[in-house]
Amino acid sequence: MNTPKPSMSLTKPEAFDLSIKQKISTAIGLLGLIILILAAFNVHFPYKPVVLTLSLVMISAGVILFANDLYLGKHAGIKNDGVMFKSVSSRGIWAWLTGIALTAFYIILYFKATWLGLGQNGAENTGLVALFDPLSNIISGSKASQWFVYGVLYTIAILAFGYKFLLKYRHNRYERLRTYSVMFFQLAFAFLIPEFMARLNSDSFSLPYYDLKNIWPLNYYNFEQYRVNSFIDAGDIGLALLIFGIVSIFVITPILTYKYGKRWYCSWVCGCGGLAETSGDPFRHLSDKRQFAWKIERWVVHSVVVFVVLMTTAVVHSYLGDDQTKYWLTKQTFLISVAAILTLVFVLVMVFKRAQLAKDAKYGAIGYFVIIMVLFAMHYFNGTQLFLFKTETLRQSYGFLIGSIFSGVIGTGFYPIFGNRVWCRFGCPMAAILGFQQRLFSRFRITTNGGQCISCGNCSTYCEMGIDVRAYAQKGENIVRSSCVGCGICSAVCPRGVLKLENDSLKGRIDSNEILLGNDVDLMDLVNQK
Amino acid sequence: MEHVVIIGNGISGVTLARHIRKLSNKKITIISAETEYFFSRTALMYVYMGHMTFEHTKPYEDWFWKKNRIELKQAYVTSVNTASKTLHFSEGNTITYDKLVIATGSKPNKFGWPGQDLDGVQGLYSKQDLDRLEQNAPNNEVCKRAVVVGGGLIGIELVEMLNSRNIPVTFLVRESSFWNSVLPEGESEMINRHIKSHGIDLRLSSNLKEIKSDTNGHVSAVIIEETGEELACDLVGLTAGVTPNIDFLKDSEIETGKGVKVNRFLETNIKDVYAIGDCAEQQETVGNRRPIEAVWYTGRMMGETLAQTLCGNKMPYNPGHWFNSAKFMDIEYQTYGWVFNEKGQPDYEQHFHWKHKDDDKCITIAYRKDNNAFLGINTFGIRMKHDVFDKWLTEHRTLDYVISHLKNANFDPEFYSQYDDQIKAAYSNTLQTA
Repeated sequence: MNTPKPSMSLTKPEAFDLSIKQKISTAIGLLGLIILILAAFNVHFPYKPVVLTLSLVMISAGVILFANDLYLGKHAGIKNDGVMFKSVSSRGIWAWLTGIALTAFYIILYFKATWLGLGQNGAENTGLVALFDPLSNIISGSKASQWFVYGVLYTIAILAFGYKFLLKYRHNRYERLRTYSVMFFQLAFAFLIPEFMARLNSDSFSLPYYDLKNIWPLNYYNFEQYRVNSFIDAGDIGLALLIFGIVSIFVITPILTYKYGKRWYCSWVCGCGGLAETSGDPFRHLSDKRQFAWKIERWVVHSVVVFVVLMTTAVVHSYLGDDQTKYWLTKQTFLISVAAILTLVFVLVMVFKRAQLAKDAKYGAIGYFVIIMVLFAMHYFNGTQLFLFKTETLRQSYGFLIGSIFSGVIGTGFYPIFGNRVWCRFGCPMAAILGFQQRLFSRFRITTNGGQCISCGNCSTYCEMGIDVRAYAQKGENIVRSSCVGCGICSAVCPRGVLKLENDSLKGRIDSNEILLGNDVDLMDLVNQK
Repeated sequence: MEHVVIIGNGISGVTLARHIRKLSNKKITIISAETEYFFSRTALMYVYMGHMTFEHTKPYEDWFWKKNRIELKQAYVTSVNTASKTLHFSEGNTITYDKLVIATGSKPNKFGWPGQDLDGVQGLYSKQDLDRLEQNAPNNEVCKRAVVVGGGLIGIELVEMLNSRNIPVTFLVRESSFWNSVLPEGESEMINRHIKSHGIDLRLSSNLKEIKSDTNGHVSAVIIEETGEELACDLVGLTAGVTPNIDFLKDSEIETGKGVKVNRFLETNIKDVYAIGDCAEQQETVGNRRPIEAVWYTGRMMGETLAQTLCGNKMPYNPGHWFNSAKFMDIEYQTYGWVFNEKGQPDYEQHFHWKHKDDDKCITIAYRKDNNAFLGINTFGIRMKHDVFDKWLTEHRTLDYVISHLKNANFDPEFYSQYDDQIKAAYSNTLQTA
């Protein structure tokens, strides 16, 4: 329905070519990147700290100078001129090159870290990873890993492109605050705090690497045995962190999602969301808006939730004991609790929210519920392998398929082709759980403004989650969708002041009536009688 | 099965078709010469500016029409024979109808300027106009200067579009200030300053005298009436309003004036023939509304109303309180109720005007001198709620009430600065000085 025509030429209307300053800025940024690439190819640099600093400063400076030239000195306001003509943002040659380069980087990062120079079995790092050793030493006191390299680059991407986004939306306070928030959470929670925590580690005390805002099930490995063991071994602090991990998903998340919708996480806190909203912003319009894509989205993302629940249950089950006298939480107690929680959620939704579920959603929910319960029963009564597969198989396939391929390689590598929220929309189990609650039990909604909509479609075009916002706005219907991450761009780009993100009472939140002001009331009554 | 034929696939015709389908099983055919599928005309500007592709302007996916059994025919109707209920197409074939609805919209005005039909002279209304503009003004090499004639809503859109491609624009506005045939002075002047701040060569009180041609029949310059100045240019945009697009009805029995004459039931003088949207001319106007309203939502409402009538529930077109909106480059504008400019304003009307020091936000509230009753509001740079003002107008609230409850009407995004305290302070100041 809305695929931009790929512009394979390097130039469209001249007005949208890069200015001289923008070309110089791009060159500076690319030079910074080239230093890193050379390091990866084992070009030996003397004065590593200087070279690394130079490279990172050049990358950041490139983005910042580019943004300054692009936005400063122009009026504050919507800055989408030429988006559909520029090669990089319209699936042109630069988009493909960027996509391929990013994808390659992710594949190497996940599966061939030695190519980046990761020293194995205690060997010294070489190449790119070695270049980051000095920085890692300063922050955490230990040598770098490929994940440290990735963390630094990820953080710089969010900060530098966050700056660009701040300039682009400098007239919009919601966008500015949201961007400061993701920049802060990335720098502090995802990057610095875990590294500082690593500094506290000693022979007698060790905490696992823990990004506190990275909540299960996004952080699917949070309850794996080695982590739980080291939490418990680390005494009170460790136990507190373990409890925080459980409270995050079962208490904090539901409360905040009820009050503000899933945006409190997805577009204000989350690291994946942070990257999507900053570096990924130029690609938001590439999301697929077809109804067909929505159908696929619902099945895929909810299947990932089922997968992660089964996998985590199996993993936790595998390391729990059988003897109640040793520890209160045994294999059996645990399985019964999981089954009880799932049953409770299922029953509550089917009793109180049945009317709000579409037919296929009901079938899906019932189907998955039955399958899970049958699996539990088979294990309980017949003693078959829990969930049929070996736990280790489940864990490894989830990590490979979802953790690496989906969220990294496809989710980020394909930004310039599929848009910036592919992972969040189709793959993220955290987003699905928050979305499930947002749809059924939250005060958040996007309200529309009477009859002012002119169906122009800016809102739908720039919705990174592929929601056809216009379809609701032109009917005067509130937008209450589980996938909405509350980025607020639909409201920003609306030329007629139609959309507003709001938290308000549950009553009348989903008004499926076509209440369009303008006509006299009798007519609207009739139109609403379908 | 009754066959409803709709000429025109704009918002009026499409809304009508959708609602007929909701209410009945009638056979529905929509005819359009312009495009195969419905698109949002208001979004054409964003296609040229590169904010959207043309595909993005379609509110419904292409499978929608077949699924809802709405037949689409791309053809040009040359004449209508109401006696035999037959439409004749330019290709020579015909179609018959049981009910005919004319929803053909508008076409750009041309006032007989010398040179108005030259190459490189165009309006901005249709998909074809957009394609022409892409030909005439792809960049500032091909189009070194553009002149836009007519200071209304389409004019300023065209100015913004050309400006997005760094094409120098001269904006000829007949009035002494931008759109002051509608806007009160303070607002109109704020927009003048905003237009100029974008580097637009805004010429007020300037009429087009003549468009000059080069040897190839392409525009080469315009001459300004007042000063006699000759401005070299490669594109002339004619955006001095629109007229109903009804030339094909000339030889029919259907009564026309400026538009197709209709009564409040949207019926023409001929049985089973109706007209809706921009091309319909109300014989009996509603309140202060004009007989022809070329506005998106009135087209939509006429479509909704006529669907009721055609499906057996006869109903008059009865629009509620006037409202509208637009965007002048970076400044959003909304209006609820009636705010007249100084010239057009009735004796009983008075204004309260507040402008922010940044010169990009202001409001004007119209009220009755005698009893302080609230008449309407223009708001620039601050979003306001339609349903709140609609309610206040219905409830005949006073100016004091509106000012003191302005917060309830705010529709700006979360965390935006609120101006109601400043507005209240300004209001109490005027009370003290008055």
